[in-house]
Amino acid sequence: MENIRLAFQGIWGHKLRSILTMLGIIIGIAAIITIVSTIKGTNEQIKQNLIGSGNNVVTVQLYQSDYVYDMQYSSLPTGVRPIAETQRAELEDLPGVDKVSFYLARTNLMDTVFFRDTAFSGKVYGIDRAYFQVAGYRLAQGRGFLDSDYENSRKVVIVDRKAVQSLFVDEDPVGQTLEIGDEAFTVVGVVEETSQFTPTIDNLNDYYLYTDTSGGAVFLPDATWPVVFQFDEPQSVAVRAESTDDMTRAGKAVADALTASQITGQTGGVTAAEGEEEGVAGFSYRSEDLLEQAQQLQDMSSATNNQLIWIASISLVVGGIGVMNIMLVSVTERTSEIGLKKALGAKRRRILWQFLTEAAALTCLGGILGVLAGIGMAELISQLNAIPVAVSVPAIVIAVVFSTLIGVVFGLLPAVKAANLNPIDALRRD
Amino acid sequence: MILELRDVCKDYMRGKSPVPVLKDVNLQVEEGDYIAIMGPSGSGKTTLMNVIGCLDLPTSGTYLLKGQDVVNLTDNQLAEIRNKRIGFVFQNFYLLPKMTALDNVALPLLYAGVSLKERRSRAKAALEAVGLADRLQFYPNQLSGGQCQRVAIARAMVGKPDLLLADEPTGALDTAAGHQIMEIFRGLADRGMTILMITHEPSIAACANRTYHILDGRLGDGDKPREPEAKTPETGGAEENLADFLAGLDQLLGPKEDDAHEEG
Repeated sequence: MENIRLAFQGIWGHKLRSILTMLGIIIGIAAIITIVSTIKGTNEQIKQNLIGSGNNVVTVQLYQSDYVYDMQYSSLPTGVRPIAETQRAELEDLPGVDKVSFYLARTNLMDTVFFRDTAFSGKVYGIDRAYFQVAGYRLAQGRGFLDSDYENSRKVVIVDRKAVQSLFVDEDPVGQTLEIGDEAFTVVGVVEETSQFTPTIDNLNDYYLYTDTSGGAVFLPDATWPVVFQFDEPQSVAVRAESTDDMTRAGKAVADALTASQITGQTGGVTAAEGEEEGVAGFSYRSEDLLEQAQQLQDMSSATNNQLIWIASISLVVGGIGVMNIMLVSVTERTSEIGLKKALGAKRRRILWQFLTEAAALTCLGGILGVLAGIGMAELISQLNAIPVAVSVPAIVIAVVFSTLIGVVFGLLPAVKAANLNPIDALRRD
Repeated sequence: MILELRDVCKDYMRGKSPVPVLKDVNLQVEEGDYIAIMGPSGSGKTTLMNVIGCLDLPTSGTYLLKGQDVVNLTDNQLAEIRNKRIGFVFQNFYLLPKMTALDNVALPLLYAGVSLKERRSRAKAALEAVGLADRLQFYPNQLSGGQCQRVAIARAMVGKPDLLLADEPTGALDTAAGHQIMEIFRGLADRGMTILMITHEPSIAACANRTYHILDGRLGDGDKPREPEAKTPETGGAEENLADFLAGLDQLLGPKEDDAHEEG
């Protein structure tokens, strides 16, 4: 304790010298913190772009081989059992799963859905009662689906904002009639996404990756689905995970459970007529593994930046040598102080510790200043270049601990030199 | 017998040939003695003090400090002896410039492992005893030479040592301040403190009870013990009231917590 107090007194007593000595450490740590913050910022941006912010929804869909099974181009799959309402509770009990919603979906309906003469280029969903809540939509206009809509298979639809833009242009959508597969549906409401998340787009790749260029979505009650489409089409599941980190786990769990329970395989006699056809093979339920995709992108960006960290570390070593140099000077300057302390009964170890703590305090302070400078620099870069920056707490802790260690390592030689001074030689020199 | 030197020799190496600095020095100091060692510069008196102060070990001979043979002790044991048994006063005070008078005085107690609170109170008492009660928080550069030396005396005495070693204690001071320091030494000696002082000034040596002369590394026989009354009368200049704080010396010399005085 006494040593630490003395060490900081010493540093304060030689302000200019201490700052110059710390400069190497400050620059090194600042560079590393800047790089790490930028990496972390980029990674978090990638993750957020892929996952969406705070929605925590994974979709589990039926795949044939490696492709999503699309009813628009295929007939009813054989050997795939429809998901029963009773399975909902089982799925929600799976680890990491908060809530699930079953839905049917079709794309490419240019020749099926019209508003007057305008064809609709988006998706059509047949949804259960939980869908809007699970997938993160809220009502913006009109009304939602009522229980009676489901019970009576009413021909009502709800559209999202995108669909409003692409179909109704300047008109009020509520009350309009939409033609789906020659049936007239009444628009009863408009929904919008709860989280107004827009991915950050820096380049053309990001644009293709993130931008939804489709014409929006039209929702109808799943009970009404067979009116225009077919009975027993395979459902997809929207899974709301308990947290973002649970998304992968929850998605996998639901997909595996469904694959196990719904895919009856070759033995399945459910659709006896087509049971023996080879099309049965290759069905499985899979979750969109966004986290894994994010991970891969992050790994790529980290790999290059790790090399930068090594280069910045060289500056730390140079800084350490500077500290050693100044500590040696300090030992020479303070020979008589050391001699006096020894004469008064200070043991070798105490002198050793005094100089070690002083070197460590110097580099620790340098590390802290470096962290502050690094955070400042990272903020500046993010302001100038629009590169996202996230300060990493573990990196800060490691940086400060590491710079303190540098002080201990490079302070050792001067400290040993001081501890071994002979008191009479030390006192004689004046 | 507080210290005894028997046939102590000390050689320094100059290049490859040893240069004798102390030659067969014999010295016996009784408890409560006040001794001055006089000699011209280069006579080996500082080396003698270093040996007595356990800062340096003799090349040959025996050195018994309170009956304990010092020659074969380790570095750490010597540090402990310097800390507990010996108080040093130097010509140039050797106060640490970045510490207050109080912290300077408390320093030896830190090495002795005394708690902060006790260090503070004991250092404060020691400074009061040398008449610096109003200078506790002053830094050395805010104090006069005489005051600095008094701080140094307080530092030497705060650990209640068996032996006070002084190397030219008045060498850097003017006559008045030097006289004041001698008054304090006399006060300590009168209260039973063993003092060994090195000087080249006869007038300072005259303050001690006995004087030894050292020349070319050989220590002569001490002259006759002086009568205690022979101390020089007070001259002008020591304007501070010495009598006041000389009373405080009793407290400074007060009962030691360890058993150092039992055998004496």
